[in-house]
Amino acid sequence: MKAGIVIFPGINRERDMAIALRRSGAEPRMIWHKETDLAGLDLIVIPGGFSHGDYLRCGAMAAHSPVMTAVRRHVARGGYLLGVCNGFQILTEAGLLPGALLRNASLRFLSMDCHLRVERTDTVFTSHYQRRQVFRAVMAHGDGNYFADDATLDRLEGDGLVALRYATPSSEIAPEANRNGSARSIAGILSPNLRVLGLMPHPEDLVDPLMGGTDGKPLFDALAAA
Amino acid sequence: MKATVTVMLKPGVLDPQGKAIGHALHTLGFGNVGEVRAGKVIELELAESDPERAHAVAEEMARKLLANTVIESFRVLVDA
Repeated sequence: MKAGIVIFPGINRERDMAIALRRSGAEPRMIWHKETDLAGLDLIVIPGGFSHGDYLRCGAMAAHSPVMTAVRRHVARGGYLLGVCNGFQILTEAGLLPGALLRNASLRFLSMDCHLRVERTDTVFTSHYQRRQVFRAVMAHGDGNYFADDATLDRLEGDGLVALRYATPSSEIAPEANRNGSARSIAGILSPNLRVLGLMPHPEDLVDPLMGGTDGKPLFDALAAA
Repeated sequence: MKATVTVMLKPGVLDPQGKAIGHALHTLGFGNVGEVRAGKVIELELAESDPERAHAVAEEMARKLLANTVIESFRVLVDA
């Protein structure tokens, strides 16, 4: 698995992402956002942070960076793409995933643990989890409130493209587990070919007992083994 | 030539900022205020002398970058 991590000005989670990938056996290279040649990579990761200061809208400027043309080519030829937090926002702004991330319903920046329920396991990202398994992840965002119109939400659910939902530790979908107010408790969605995943919480934050847990490690193990 | 682009969340898209402003206005005693919506105003200085072209180019900018049409609508105004 040859992986690359894209860095825009203001991205600050690239080293955590590299640690998570390395811990699972993938050796990532860092890609500056002005690069346009991503040939030879199997996986591209867009990590979290505050690209271009979150000006205008989170991810709006980064979505038009030179590297994104190469990212589109990578996706078109069936490459794997993972966007976490600001990375997810960038993927929606670039139109690579549907919908948008709105300001959290509470208007508060949420920095806390959440629990994610795995909705399908036949993907390169989730194959090391069990269906309906709940794992812990850290969220740290001000704009993570997933929005799409009803037709898009119905299509995502109908086609099984909701990968992860906010849930209680006992796997229930409940308003109190959906702290940012996301439509239908959606935390992560897939592309129709199942090779692009965007999610708001940070699985890379829990990949070592020293970090307080290894709940996120199966995601990177599955990717590295692909 | 100056163009002004006003970007607003579409009707039906939750606007927690507008809600918070509404609450604050009520707290200040403005009981007669109903729904409040918050948006953005972007002023563009354009190297164009034809108002129609200025309008068209500002609209293209809004569609490509200034607004996210999944959640926002926009209005362009050109100063003659």
